[in-house]
Amino acid sequence: MIQLEGLRKTYSTRGGPVVAVDGVDLTVAEGEVYGVVGRSGAGKSTLLRLVNLLERPDAGTVSVAGRTLTGLSQKGLRRERQRIGMVHQHFALLRSRTAAGNVAFALEVMGVPRAERAARVRELLDLVGLADRADAYPAQLSGGQRQRVGIARALAGRPKVLLSDEATSALDPETTGSILRLLRDLNRRLGLTVLLITHEMDVVKRLCDSVALMRDGRFTEHGTVAGLLATPGSTLAGELFPLEPPPDLPEESVVDVTVAGPVADTPFLTDVARAVDAPVRILGGAVETLAGVRAGRLRLAVPSTAARSAADALRAAGLIVEERR
Amino acid sequence: MTWSEISPLLWRSVEETAYMVSVSAVLTAVGGLLVGVLLVLTGRDGLLPAAPVNLLLGFVVNVGRSLPFVILLVAIIPFTRAVVGTTIGTSAAIVPLTVGAIPFYARVVETAIREVDRDVIAAARAMGASRPQIIAKVLLREARPGLVAGFTITVVALVGYSAMAGVVGGGGLGDLAIRYGYQRFEDEVMVATVVVLVLFVQLVQSAGDFLARRLSHR
Repeated sequence: MIQLEGLRKTYSTRGGPVVAVDGVDLTVAEGEVYGVVGRSGAGKSTLLRLVNLLERPDAGTVSVAGRTLTGLSQKGLRRERQRIGMVHQHFALLRSRTAAGNVAFALEVMGVPRAERAARVRELLDLVGLADRADAYPAQLSGGQRQRVGIARALAGRPKVLLSDEATSALDPETTGSILRLLRDLNRRLGLTVLLITHEMDVVKRLCDSVALMRDGRFTEHGTVAGLLATPGSTLAGELFPLEPPPDLPEESVVDVTVAGPVADTPFLTDVARAVDAPVRILGGAVETLAGVRAGRLRLAVPSTAARSAADALRAAGLIVEERR
Repeated sequence: MTWSEISPLLWRSVEETAYMVSVSAVLTAVGGLLVGVLLVLTGRDGLLPAAPVNLLLGFVVNVGRSLPFVILLVAIIPFTRAVVGTTIGTSAAIVPLTVGAIPFYARVVETAIREVDRDVIAAARAMGASRPQIIAKVLLREARPGLVAGFTITVVALVGYSAMAGVVGGGGLGDLAIRYGYQRFEDEVMVATVVVLVLFVQLVQSAGDFLARRLSHR
């Protein structure tokens, strides 16, 4: 649905040229929620703005829904943009218009006749659960409500693709949860393909099917969430389930295990403890449902004498095992 | 002078001032918006960046703003003749008033538009909005409170400029105050004129404040 090939973007600044995006290839399948994570300055924002060509790439091609955007005229590009929704971190609503007016703006831009607009606006606000606040100005709405208006507006052109630029970064955790649920719901109900950038691993956990880690303008890791969890040594898997540094344990060895899939719901720890006939302690970790897959990471302490056999037993049970010491 | 003598003079002057200020205000609004929008569009981060145009326009605007109004009034006499066919009278005063106020309002417009959230402009572009749509529906619309507040200041400045219209026989309240109040030592005329001017400016400012508040949804 979205295909980026060899994208490069360099900015000239007073301190010399800065490479924001340094050769990124990316394919997002139809109906997929794809997250790009990274620290600020990693080039995520630029990457997203390259997808609807708010920024022109220095090299590379951008295709969305089978159309190559990089070859289009201004007019053609404008028409394609109307079919690509975009949600912004700071909502980017018109202050001078009500919630309904902001959604109507998107329809006006598309040339939807006035007679059809009102019904469509109501339908869109209903979709995001904000029908009762249609006549409120952005200043009268909470952050979460503003973002709902932003999402309704982004859906005005019945897009197949939604770009989300840190949509929840300016919201409190509770509101973030409700916006993420809304996005997930829209993804399922409308078959919407979502490309989002975020610096919050929580967003990836709750929303994404696939994820890429961006650093200095490049993808250093990417894949499906399940696939990354199954990859030993994956930075992303580690960040999805951060573990505290182990305490100093003279008699025990520390073993990190990553579980993904049905095995996560089996009593694997009990099984292993029985098999090696030694106590297995949990130092930290979590098991959650990510992208519909039960997955998690645990940091275990096993008596040093039984560490080797415990690790083997865990591997045999289908877990990814990293022996710390 | 008695009130019955002052009254007709005063009324005529009020009419002249109202005429000069209102016509030049309307022309200034149109011209100032045009030049102000052009300044923003051709600016470095504008929708149509064009450094040479921007520099030239900025220079012309600055020249217009640096000339004292009395000098501008005299300096553009040939231009005034070309436009209205005469260089004296109330209508002749409208030309320099407009020429003097446009650069001022243009800068006000430029500043007000620059205040519009860049994210909102980016969002409009992402929605596929064309440049004319962005100018009309985002820039000018979102800047409306600032545009109105700035226009109010401009109209008050025009009232002040119009006091010098007497130089080209334009009449008006300022002219009345100078000719009767100052040169003929008619204190009553001076006081009456000042009172009317103060009321006039108050009225303009209150109306502008009211409208700007109505338009603002911060």
